[in-house]
Amino acid sequence: MELLRFATCGSVDDGKSTLIGRLLFDSKAILQDTWDAIELSSKNRGDEYVNLALITDGLRAEREQGITIDVAYRYFATPRRKFIIADTPGHVQYTRNMVTGASTAHLALILIDARQGILEQSRRHAIIASLLGIPHLVVCVNKMDLVDNDRATFERIRDEFALFARKLQVRDIAYIPISALKGDNVVDRSEHMPWYEGPALLRYLEEVEIALDEDLDDPRFPVQYVIRPMSDAHHDYRGYAGTVAGGVFRPGDAVRVLPSGLTSRIRSIDRLEGAIDAAVPPMAVTVRLEDDLDISRGDMIVGVDNSPHVASEFEADVCWMAERSQLTPGTRLAIKQTTRSTRVLVRSVESRLDVNSLDEDPTIDTLRLNEIGRVRLRTTQPLFFDPYQRNRLTGSFILIDEATNNTVAAGMIRRPLP
Amino acid sequence: MTTALERAQLARLSHLQALEAESIHIIREVAAEFERPGLLFSGGKDSIVMLRLAEKAFWPAKIPFPAVHIDTGHNFPEAIEYRDRRVAELGIRLVVGSVQQAIDEGRIRDETGPRASRNRLQTQVLLETIAAHRFDAVFGGARRDEEKARAKERVYSFRDDFGQWDPKSQRPELWNLYNGRHGQGEHFRVFPLSNWTELDIWQYIADEDIEIPAIYFAHRRDVFRRDGMLMAVGPFVERLPGEDPFEANVRFRTVGDMTCTAAVESDAFSLEQVMAEIAITRISERGQTRADDRFSEAAMEDRKREGYF
Ligand SMILES: Nc1nc2c(ncn2[C@@H]2O[C@H](COP(=O)(O)OP(=O)(O)O)[C@@H](O)[C@H]2O)c(=O)[nH]1
Repeated sequence: MELLRFATCGSVDDGKSTLIGRLLFDSKAILQDTWDAIELSSKNRGDEYVNLALITDGLRAEREQGITIDVAYRYFATPRRKFIIADTPGHVQYTRNMVTGASTAHLALILIDARQGILEQSRRHAIIASLLGIPHLVVCVNKMDLVDNDRATFERIRDEFALFARKLQVRDIAYIPISALKGDNVVDRSEHMPWYEGPALLRYLEEVEIALDEDLDDPRFPVQYVIRPMSDAHHDYRGYAGTVAGGVFRPGDAVRVLPSGLTSRIRSIDRLEGAIDAAVPPMAVTVRLEDDLDISRGDMIVGVDNSPHVASEFEADVCWMAERSQLTPGTRLAIKQTTRSTRVLVRSVESRLDVNSLDEDPTIDTLRLNEIGRVRLRTTQPLFFDPYQRNRLTGSFILIDEATNNTVAAGMIRRPLP
Repeated sequence: MTTALERAQLARLSHLQALEAESIHIIREVAAEFERPGLLFSGGKDSIVMLRLAEKAFWPAKIPFPAVHIDTGHNFPEAIEYRDRRVAELGIRLVVGSVQQAIDEGRIRDETGPRASRNRLQTQVLLETIAAHRFDAVFGGARRDEEKARAKERVYSFRDDFGQWDPKSQRPELWNLYNGRHGQGEHFRVFPLSNWTELDIWQYIADEDIEIPAIYFAHRRDVFRRDGMLMAVGPFVERLPGEDPFEANVRFRTVGDMTCTAAVESDAFSLEQVMAEIAITRISERGQTRADDRFSEAAMEDRKREGYF
């Protein structure tokens, strides 16, 4: 059984909560006591039916204000896959929340109200999904019951979206007409839309191929922790623990260590259960080398003929997430990328991205809360990275305000600068 | 060279492999970036899995931080016995924060009466223990699927210098990049099992053949019924009129303080049987067996703000 992480995006009232509620309920992830509580709340609110949307309702402050404030994670499983939903609510903090939820997602599910068609927000969701390198997009045209399950309506929305999506980097896009409320095409194919020949949403989520989404070409192993038991049984043991961030590592492989540039071979890939003969992303393993090299946290073991960029100046897309501060040229921050932590200076803000249209505004030199822009950065220590669109693990970073210790930005590297 | 097909097969991890990798990554990250981590260990199944993951994260070296037990004094003896044995096996240090001692020394007052529970008192002792040992990161076994208020909990949950949690001041968490920077006196609760569900935990215990305390399996025990739940008859719980004891086959789904952990009727004597029962149970773990969460819908959230696990 594989694990699929997906982010859900929709504007208010598109039916996102109802859809998630239905997926959870139909896959029996909603237990009886939770259901009873929801039934009761629905009655108290005067709803005519059990409000599936209440299933995903969270913290008290939100319940009182009737809003959702953050990314919430939900879990359900079918016999074929386990699913983690990153539910990102659509209002003020939207961009920040969606970027957060999308960062680990294999797939983004975008909801469109069939009566309204593609809104500005729908485009924004798709643009953010694309920017965050999510390989798979599912566009659910919801509330089909309110448009008489009309085929032409669905196809018009599909074609319009496909036209717009040509500008995006998303690898594959599926379109599914559904009714979250009635359950049409959610778990089972609907009788009400015989003209639709594709899979129901759940079937699609169970079958979409995700194993090849990781970068399996470029061997990347950021050293996270050095293991030295210093016990009699393992006297000379020196292993490098970490999470594989790219490529396939096997014992015997020739590797290079950054930043030293020294080369060696992999002696073994260890786990408590025994040595293994191949490691791929995102496995957590311990690597031993044939030679005794001086390696510490923040170093990276890479393919001998396949190095990432080693640079301290680069261009990146950055999403600013702080309320009380902004990003401008000259700003100094801490940066964390793979297992490396260093400091960074903002050299310039090249442009701000209009997340509703993909237009870039080059006259701007400040990024504020929820804004995304292209910036040039210079780090104190060089980083080892790949372009984000090639490798999401080595191409991503966070920026930290050293005064407040808050995470203030998410970044995706585009290219090194000379 | 590997063919595309071989690579796809290699890259296809099971959900438990993926969850395990994520948890080990988190545990190592904390060990690398914090000065004084500790791992909360109660002898319950979640903390047992967490300890197993920590063992894997550093093997063949020892786990580089102590296990921490907040002891209410109302434990199931099976859980304590298990704790001591496991800690000895791993050769790690055990730090015990004792609620009884805090009561004896007058630092906190015990609740009295039939509904007395030391659950709330644990919070204070936990915070004292964190301060006394200057822990800057404390691993907890909480899962996001346990309860509504947890669905938005971060993996690195920031606590101010009063140990308190503010849902509005949590940091965004992106990719696998965790920000553990903190000031003096502030600390993090770190939840490596955030993305596991109860069923994942059980499947992992089965797959890895991990030993768990006997009270997780069906056994005969004297119990009484309260608020629709079965509570164990024992020295720490006062029964109300009408709460007559009877014998039943029961097992526990969580192992906490005896005063607030209820049993479920069960004939599951093996792990496979326990998992089969859980797969068909339609009542959530906390709703079924934790008296402490039943008082109000927002009970958990309130306790978290105060600094609970
Ligand atoms: N007729 C119909 N109504 C729907 C459907 N999906 C959602 N709704 C209704 O649309 C409203 C908004 O749904 P909700 O799930 O709360 O939207 P959210 O704001 O996107 O989470 C509610 O009244 C739902 O009952 C659908 O497929 N058909």
